[in-house]
Amino acid sequence: MMPTVLMQGNEAVVEGAIAAGLKFYAGYPITPSTEIAELCAEKLPFVGGKFIQMEDEIASMAAVIGASLTGLKAMTATSGPGFSLKQENIGFAAMAEIPCVIVDVQRMGPSTGMPTSPAQGDVMQSRWGTHGDHPIIVLSPSSVKEAYYITIQAFNLSEKYRTPVILLMDEVIGHLREAVNLDEYKDVEIFERPMPQDKENYLPYQYIENGVAPLAPFGKGFRFHVTGLAHNEKGLPTNDPKVTEKLIKRLIGKIENNKKDIVMFEEKDTEGGDILLISFGSSARACEAAMQELKKEGIKVGLFKPITIWPFPDEKLREIYPRFKKVFVVEMNTGQLYYEVDRIIKGNTYVGKINKFNGEFLTPFDIVEKIKESF
Amino acid sequence: MASELVERYFRKETLPNIWCPGCSNGIVTAAIVRAIDNLGLDQNNVCIVSGIGCSARASGYLDFNTLHTTHGRAIAFATGIKFANPELTVIVITGDGDNAAIGGNHFIHACRRNIDLTVVMYNNHIYGMTGGQYSPTTPRFDRATTAPYGNIDRYFDICKLAIGAGATYVARGTAYHVHQLTKLIERGISHKGFSFIEALSICPTYYGRKNKKGTPADMLKWLKDHAVDIKQGSKMDPEEFHDKFIIGELLNIDEPEFVEEYQKMLNNLKVNYK
Repeated sequence: MMPTVLMQGNEAVVEGAIAAGLKFYAGYPITPSTEIAELCAEKLPFVGGKFIQMEDEIASMAAVIGASLTGLKAMTATSGPGFSLKQENIGFAAMAEIPCVIVDVQRMGPSTGMPTSPAQGDVMQSRWGTHGDHPIIVLSPSSVKEAYYITIQAFNLSEKYRTPVILLMDEVIGHLREAVNLDEYKDVEIFERPMPQDKENYLPYQYIENGVAPLAPFGKGFRFHVTGLAHNEKGLPTNDPKVTEKLIKRLIGKIENNKKDIVMFEEKDTEGGDILLISFGSSARACEAAMQELKKEGIKVGLFKPITIWPFPDEKLREIYPRFKKVFVVEMNTGQLYYEVDRIIKGNTYVGKINKFNGEFLTPFDIVEKIKESF
Repeated sequence: MASELVERYFRKETLPNIWCPGCSNGIVTAAIVRAIDNLGLDQNNVCIVSGIGCSARASGYLDFNTLHTTHGRAIAFATGIKFANPELTVIVITGDGDNAAIGGNHFIHACRRNIDLTVVMYNNHIYGMTGGQYSPTTPRFDRATTAPYGNIDRYFDICKLAIGAGATYVARGTAYHVHQLTKLIERGISHKGFSFIEALSICPTYYGRKNKKGTPADMLKWLKDHAVDIKQGSKMDPEEFHDKFIIGELLNIDEPEFVEEYQKMLNNLKVNYK
């Protein structure tokens, strides 16, 4: 039995990453994510891993991709301004299909914003931050314990689908300390990168419908090319519109068509009622507290918490929302996940917004007040 | 010899290359391949990393572990590769725009770290891929599409930058002096630490045409006539030297290398990991 320990959210990310097999961390200091780099510097030498502090955020992302190409599980962590700088190479990882995990501990923006007050303003950036149509998986934990488990899943999904995975934390969860017992996760499955067999005919970008070819590590006798250019199955650059279209369709399809395997969510009291709250990260915690208050007032409230923000668990939401009179999307921004919810509900039910974007944490009281106003 | 090299080290399906007639990128690329061949390196153990630009396209033509990255970032990717797997020989192919402008920060910090990479910068004094804009190494008053009235920027001596930033092997060669260039790259690869080789090259299509530099052969001859070997250079008086440049080994020293230092740290911590 593992003991119950007091753990910080950022620390849980590092513990989860190590449990998932993290062997390489490259980063650059930025609050409120810095504890992740500090703990990796301290712990990785003892698990056969490597830590490097790079000259900037761009280089950190690049080094992570380079390390991953040698077969190591690799991660970097940052916050808003750094997340912006990483976008270039996140796009490279998406195009070249190199597994890696990027932690974004969101803080108040835009720009330098309010260092380092809580916000959830990077929802859309995490989906579309880099240019061009590209696949991405974004996961958002709402507790310290969940941060541990979801970090493991971030690595698993990244390796399984050969894609960058963004762990969208927020300052509240990153710095929150909670008593956790990780015993229940000791047997969680860890996905290891499969090794291709045939060196002669190896196709690193073989067309596999809704899937990916195994990625050979550099230096093991598979000599292949990796590029951010549109490429054929060998990885060599192409200008052929047919090959390119097939590539982009496969890239998008490998995530879109595997949503059943990828998406994670939680629901609470979703049998039906007056109000359905949709929220994620620390705001979802505020929702849970608000629900208890509203219950006392006789208002029936349910909660839908996507853990996978992108791809959004749209099928599940379509199933749940008709059971409620009104839907509210609760988030610490001016309304970003709201757009996705609105797109899914298509005006069939009223969709309202409960937001906070002044650097203060969204409280249960904020939610209760807004819900009451709506009656 | 050339066809043997092509047979063994090039991905023939990718040829012919995209470089313009008269471009010297092929000469410099061949020098890199010859250096690898002369050293007898295992092809499976060599990793070529490039950024963006004309020179960067070389990685795709070469039959090694090859990585064609984002603009200016090749050294940062290469740092991840070398640190993650020190067994690999990692060579970076870059250009003057890629390395001296957008990639400058990664370059100086890799020099400072003295990580065991070999960087070959094809310096053709222009942005070729985008059609002839001035780069940090376009000579003053020369013309470019973005310097229609002459370039007012000062010339960036990247060898001096490398030395100042802490690189431990720094050399300059040219696309004319092929044998010397090959030797310089060989020594750079063999050197333990960060090695930088500037390969002065020619872009007849954009830089040459815009500045009336004549044929590709004229431009190569210019390199021949203006290069001064380091052994002679110190004996020349400044007046004689004013339009010349030094070629040869500019620096070759031993300093602690990053990956080895990390391993030493692990040894001190008494953890036995590679």
